[in-house]
Amino acid sequence: MGTELKPFHVTEGPIEAAPYMEYVTHPGAGAVTAFAGTVREWTNGKRTMYLKYEAYVPMAEKKLAQIGDEIMEKWPGSRVAIVHRVGELAISDIAVVIAVSSPHRKAAYEANEYAIEQIKKVVPIWKKEMWEDGEEWIGDQSYKPEKESENE
Amino acid sequence: MIHLHYFAGLKEAAGKAEEDLSWQDGTADDVLQWAKQTYPAFDFTAVQLAVNEEYVHLDEPVKPGDHVAFIPPVSGG
Repeated sequence: MGTELKPFHVTEGPIEAAPYMEYVTHPGAGAVTAFAGTVREWTNGKRTMYLKYEAYVPMAEKKLAQIGDEIMEKWPGSRVAIVHRVGELAISDIAVVIAVSSPHRKAAYEANEYAIEQIKKVVPIWKKEMWEDGEEWIGDQSYKPEKESENE
Repeated sequence: MIHLHYFAGLKEAAGKAEEDLSWQDGTADDVLQWAKQTYPAFDFTAVQLAVNEEYVHLDEPVKPGDHVAFIPPVSGG
């Protein structure tokens, strides 16, 4: 059963959208949206070499499942699967995939956006940007490193 | 005894991801105050606490055997 897909999963391996889209597809669905969040090279003028993600895995998977429950309640007839990768990710690697199916397309779009917004608010996953000349945990506003040579 | 979990910047400041703390009785705030004293270099201002994998208010009781996680602002996605 090693190939059985976990619908709310935090994993260290590379991720693909297709298995999650297949997972949520069913005869009652008329639309499937898939969102892939990828690693961006440039952020606010700083070049990222790679990203490090870490998670509180059991709580993160529980929170992803809660987001799925909320979506099924808000958009009846929808199905959801979400996977987030942790570890070191290179530019353009996929960090997160959200697949949502629904009877009609509007709900599939809306629910998918709801999922990524909730992930960014409540799911215990952290991203560290690794630059040529430094590194910083993103979203961690409690940590304020000294700013050096802002004009460079 | 309670089990503490650290992540991101706090994990680096503490130099460890987990540790156990001798514990009889108290609240999440008591755990937070202990951490602030133990790791004074880390700014806990925006940190939320989770007990047994659920976010809690600071008046939540913490009992021996509980897992308490310090959750800095998240940045997944």
